[in-house]
Amino acid sequence: MPSLLPTENLLEIVMTGIFTKNFLLVYFLGLCSFLGLTKETTSSVGMSVAVTFVMMMASIITWPIFHFILAPHGLEFLETICFILVIASFVQLTEFIIRKHKPALYRSLGIYLPLITTNCAVLGVVLLNVRQDFSYAGSIVYGISAGLGYGLIMLVTSGIREKLWQRGVDLFEGFTGAFFVAALLSLIIVNYFGVIKF
Amino acid sequence: MEERRSLSSELVRGIIKDNPVFCLVLGICPTLAVTTSFENGLGMGLAFTFVMLGSNLFISLLRKQIPSIVRLPIFIVVIGTFVTIVDMVIEAYLPPLYEALGIFVPLIVVNCIVIGRAEAYANRNPVLPSIADALGISVGFILVLTLIGGIRELLGTGKITFVMLWLLENGQLGFLELATLHIPIEPATVMILPPGAFFTIGALMFFFNFVGKKIREKRGRGD
Repeated sequence: MPSLLPTENLLEIVMTGIFTKNFLLVYFLGLCSFLGLTKETTSSVGMSVAVTFVMMMASIITWPIFHFILAPHGLEFLETICFILVIASFVQLTEFIIRKHKPALYRSLGIYLPLITTNCAVLGVVLLNVRQDFSYAGSIVYGISAGLGYGLIMLVTSGIREKLWQRGVDLFEGFTGAFFVAALLSLIIVNYFGVIKF
Repeated sequence: MEERRSLSSELVRGIIKDNPVFCLVLGICPTLAVTTSFENGLGMGLAFTFVMLGSNLFISLLRKQIPSIVRLPIFIVVIGTFVTIVDMVIEAYLPPLYEALGIFVPLIVVNCIVIGRAEAYANRNPVLPSIADALGISVGFILVLTLIGGIRELLGTGKITFVMLWLLENGQLGFLELATLHIPIEPATVMILPPGAFFTIGALMFFFNFVGKKIREKRGRGD
């Protein structure tokens, strides 16, 4: 059974999550929100904050469930159903709590929360935690850094798209433009960080 | 006759007018992640088809029993069951494909297309039209996956291998090679890497938007 304390290089996990294996550009996870919410910077920041928080909490919750409940009883095949239900309930719970206690935060973040349940990046991060046999600390760090990597690319892309739109550059309308921006960013990430070893 | 025509129109609608990737812009993640070759694209498409058919069939059968307030969790459990089945089948019978698809088989559970069809179609329509709808959407999705996979394989490796899922001679399920096509160009490895996926789908989407606009203009002038 993987241990609670970190057994792997945490710096490596952080750099992998943010750059080398960036969730949006290398793993292609969470692209629906990437296409839908990168038209303006404010919504992309709101979504990134919400996703990072949910990724961290999902990693914290699902690791004990897998290693203390599913694995000892040989129920690993239930991981998909189990994880998606945990994430959906957790998102719902967070929405209730924020609405009750932090109405201002709810107004700015509220609309993004239900979207997160079907964001494949969140389910992706908990499945990758399990498949890579991370320790408890390692999986939490991976959850946070995956969220930060997601946020970084969301922010950069929305900045580029906003500027292009303000300058009246309407070369490729709609999603086509977002895909070409993503292609160039992905080229940078793959070529630059693909060769660095930590 | 009336019913058959409507069933076939459901089928065609899923392939062209409601094409999941290019028209509805749903399910982009697997479309880009697993399409490094024709074979992987086809494998993902078939896994998706199984889940889509199963979920549309069951949700359509249960549509009168499902209370609308908890329908989304019920959809997710139904879809999750089929995803688990297909994940285990691929792991057992097609280990190379299982390696290639990785976490994208379990991730079918959060694929917007499947939940979207359950919510928008299967929950409101009888069984036969729901199956036709699932088949149409799946065929549309397989066409897109194999098209993108084929383009990336052809430009990235200089050759393309057409395969088909079939029972092999040893009685095992596997991919049967139909034909291999070589083109005399320098392979561009970047097409196999992530940037190639974004370039390919961006270019294809630009092309289909352009063609769609031209067709609409023509129709508008004809009226």
